[in-house]
Amino acid sequence: MTLRGAVALIGIGEVKPERRMDGRTALGLAAQAARECIADSGLRKDEVDGLITEIPTGNPTVLADYLGIRPVYSTGVQMMGASGATSIATAAAAIHAGLASNVLCVVGGPAPGGEHGGGPGAPDYRRQQFDAPYGPVVAANGGYALIAQRYKYEFGTTDEQRAAVAVQQRFNALANPAAVFYGQPITKDDVLNSRVVADPLRLLECVMPVGGAAAVIVSAADRARYSPHPPVYLLGAGMCVDHDAIPYAPTMTTSPVAVSARRAFAMAELGPRDMDMLSIYDCYTITVIICLEDAGFAPKGEGGAFIESTDVTYRGTLPLNTHGGQLSFGQPGLAGGMSHVVESVRQMMGRGGERQVRDLDYCFVNG
Amino acid sequence: MTTQSYGLPVPEPNALTQPFWDAARRHELVVQRCRPGSHLFFYPREYCPVCLSGELEWVAVSGRGRLYSHTVVNQPGDPRFQSRIPYVYAVVQLDEGPRMVSNLVDCAPEDARVDMCVAVTFDDVTPQISLPKFRPA
Repeated sequence: MTLRGAVALIGIGEVKPERRMDGRTALGLAAQAARECIADSGLRKDEVDGLITEIPTGNPTVLADYLGIRPVYSTGVQMMGASGATSIATAAAAIHAGLASNVLCVVGGPAPGGEHGGGPGAPDYRRQQFDAPYGPVVAANGGYALIAQRYKYEFGTTDEQRAAVAVQQRFNALANPAAVFYGQPITKDDVLNSRVVADPLRLLECVMPVGGAAAVIVSAADRARYSPHPPVYLLGAGMCVDHDAIPYAPTMTTSPVAVSARRAFAMAELGPRDMDMLSIYDCYTITVIICLEDAGFAPKGEGGAFIESTDVTYRGTLPLNTHGGQLSFGQPGLAGGMSHVVESVRQMMGRGGERQVRDLDYCFVNG
Repeated sequence: MTTQSYGLPVPEPNALTQPFWDAARRHELVVQRCRPGSHLFFYPREYCPVCLSGELEWVAVSGRGRLYSHTVVNQPGDPRFQSRIPYVYAVVQLDEGPRMVSNLVDCAPEDARVDMCVAVTFDDVTPQISLPKFRPA
């Protein structure tokens, strides 16, 4: 299977190069090229469902947010002079694989080191002028506190329900000697009595940042049968990006997982009810509740009640974050989300040890 | 009041955002609107996030809105805010639609409630910069 003949390039956009670009922001330049390109292609903006960038912000979410698009496939490329060609090949692979249909590739920015390299025109003007003066909370705590606060208001979810996430995941970690909180059980009261970090989130509802790393090898299916462990086949995948800054998210209480999970299930020809085990991203307790709902495991607004009334430990009816999740295993650097993948593969291979989930055929992972 | 005595981060306007800060200095709250579609939006951009039009203008808004969400800050990311804790970091949804990050002032932090009515008030932090903040209305 190759990409030969699989895709075509259908539009271009280009900002006229200038040595000085007074008054322009890096994001504005990228947006200008993107806008011209979309117009040139004849597509409507909402038909663009993929985004690949190499821009000074280093992150495609920033451009997706700015343009008001919601790609179901996006990634950054960091290949210096080869970024343009790399983005085309990456887009082709994504399209060929069914991850997107119309992928916008954007590479560019102001002259490096010049007036707009890091000064007032730099892409983080939004942060410098419209966020920093108001004293945001340390790290990501503030954004997720806003989500939790809004979620409480819309759905009446209680602090006790969020605490149930932390307590059940900690139980799982007690069966994982690699977890940072191994050997340290907690109760709901421990969570509720822990220090408020960013109202309404408490200390035991937030990840513990730690050092670490994680990796997985993916091989062609026809080679996988020679591997020493039972191969774990990828049956479906989906992505979605719809904002960069939480204050400007279309809604704070529904995440892009609503789209990405639906796409993954469709590709797999399976649904939430078919899953035997879940590995749900858990930077904070509220994240688990919202992702569970958005992936279809509980109705919107009922994720908290679901967690409170369901045994989601490794020996329960719907095992969730059996390694303890980042909340109890730890969030190693940027590899935090990879720990969910590694644990899922470990369990699917039957190497879960004391916390092995029984009768495991299908597993859901999100990041 | 000088920047030095204020002691907290002060916005550094660029060509894109200068009209916003000029208006704020006059104690007027403005957001951008695209001419073809009349879409209102904030934070400032060079293209409309709805239709990608580059024909944009600044328009005054009422300054009234509701508290969309908030958190009481006790652990600021920037240590310069340590002397101000506890304070309310807020996301306000203007009656006209756009959201903005700000602070809730003239209100005890424990009295902040999602969806409460708020109105803009300006904090003249330097001779050039007035920060839009919001108080209960």
